[in-house]
Amino acid sequence: MSDPHRLRRRAQAIHGWLLLTPALAMLTTFAFYPTVATFWASLFSRGTRRRPTEFVGLENYQRLFDDPTFWLVAKNNLLYAGVTIPVSILLALAMALWANAKIPARSFVRTAYFTPTVLPMIAAANLWLFFYTPGFGVLDQIGALFGAASVNWLGQPETALWAVCVVTIWKEAGFFMIFYLAALQTIPPDLREAAQIEGASRLAYTRRIVLPLLMPTTLFILVNAMINSVKLIDHLFILTKGGPSDASKLILYYIWENAFAFFDAPAAAAMTVLMLAVLGALAAFQFFVIDRRTHYR
Amino acid sequence: MTLLHRLEPLLALALAVLWISPLAFAFWAAFHASTDAVNFNLAAPWTLENFRTAWQGAPWLRYFLNSVILVTTVLIGQFVLTTLAGFAFAQVEFRGKDVVFVLVLLQLFILPEVLIVENYKIATQLGLLDTILGIGAPYMASAFGIFLMRQAFKSVPKELDEAARIEGCSLMGVLWRVYVPAARPTYLAYALVSVSTHWNNFLWPLVVTNNASARPLTVGLSIFGAPENGVDISVISASTMMVIAPLLILFLAFQRQFVQAFLRAGIK
Repeated sequence: MSDPHRLRRRAQAIHGWLLLTPALAMLTTFAFYPTVATFWASLFSRGTRRRPTEFVGLENYQRLFDDPTFWLVAKNNLLYAGVTIPVSILLALAMALWANAKIPARSFVRTAYFTPTVLPMIAAANLWLFFYTPGFGVLDQIGALFGAASVNWLGQPETALWAVCVVTIWKEAGFFMIFYLAALQTIPPDLREAAQIEGASRLAYTRRIVLPLLMPTTLFILVNAMINSVKLIDHLFILTKGGPSDASKLILYYIWENAFAFFDAPAAAAMTVLMLAVLGALAAFQFFVIDRRTHYR
Repeated sequence: MTLLHRLEPLLALALAVLWISPLAFAFWAAFHASTDAVNFNLAAPWTLENFRTAWQGAPWLRYFLNSVILVTTVLIGQFVLTTLAGFAFAQVEFRGKDVVFVLVLLQLFILPEVLIVENYKIATQLGLLDTILGIGAPYMASAFGIFLMRQAFKSVPKELDEAARIEGCSLMGVLWRVYVPAARPTYLAYALVSVSTHWNNFLWPLVVTNNASARPLTVGLSIFGAPENGVDISVISASTMMVIAPLLILFLAFQRQFVQAFLRAGIK
């Protein structure tokens, strides 16, 4: 077969696969293979020196479901997501509307909102430590001005997780703001003029015109915020280490703890699989619900 | 309504002040003795003593160097891998491309952070523990980067491509002479996002390093500031300032580019 067209297509195919090979090799090593390996590892018992690992089926999952700490940590993570996602999205929206309006010191305002985004989570935690420390922390000192008693924000189960949430919101709201800001700037000014001529109030204009136009941006931010509620845990290492009595522990931190502090790799693997399932559901939501409206091509 | 209208700028400004205050306060504390810092003694003298103490408390120079090498290594790896793969997805026709592309997109959700346990085993087997390459390798074939480059290459006019081919350019020649230069703004945006991500990354570097030889700044900072070390708050502030200074200064100087970069990277 010396059909030149076919030859060309074959050459293209070879080129294509060659170009993809390095990236696919790396993705396989550090993403696809570990995913499968995690699932496989979650089906085996923890090996000790005297007893090698053996296949135990779903026993690790059973052990996990019998572990009250796991349920507490899962509940914590749900609360963490339930608080940080809506609050940071609403704040981001408010920030964008303000940073887009004609207000004094606008560039300072924008910079102030966005700056936490470029800081490492560990550094953010150090900054907030200063606010939360009982006795001489900023919050306590402000409280003392009003005669409030000293509060150990990070040291008591009732407040630790909330204190952690605040740092996350502080870190991500400004990041989400820029996407809203960009979307706001694509709204044609005639729409506003038309609304004004029609006698619509600013509130009505915002609610009826701006918010619907921002819907795709909101969905994009929502997916990012959901991913963050799984992955943003660095500040726990500084602020609470998941305590007191696991009150602020999140799943990824618990996975790390199981694997590298308790050396219970099977439990960590089982939890990782559950987490991957959640992320997979998120991916499905992105591909089948959101991308139906916004096409890539 | 008009009252709210007038209050709004004030609210915006108040939120801005609130938002910047943790940073501003730590900055102020870093330059003051801890006894003055915790008492809010605004008249206290400025001092560099905290930076001196912090600097002597840990191998910061090593950490800085490691972080610089890390972000450079990751960036070079990402540029090479995502350019090749992005080009294949954008401009080469072959069977199975769409299936592989969906697989790659899946990696957007299989976060490297979540796979720390297995990736630690792999890094051990490959002899990558306590190496900078070990910290960077899982991030090099970034699905996000591949997607970004694919979009950038797709928008290059076909005529440029054809003109280069007529002049006898090979496939790699076309990529290097036509596509890479045309995608320069995307590379810049990607570089800013990548550098700030990896300068700030913590969990995986923590897992894969056991000593100072490859440890980046974030991990160094977390160890230095750990409560059990009993470092006082002004010294912690000083060390935090040292760690964030390079990126923060870069950001304040090139604010517009940073924001544009995050936007370009985020909006598909």
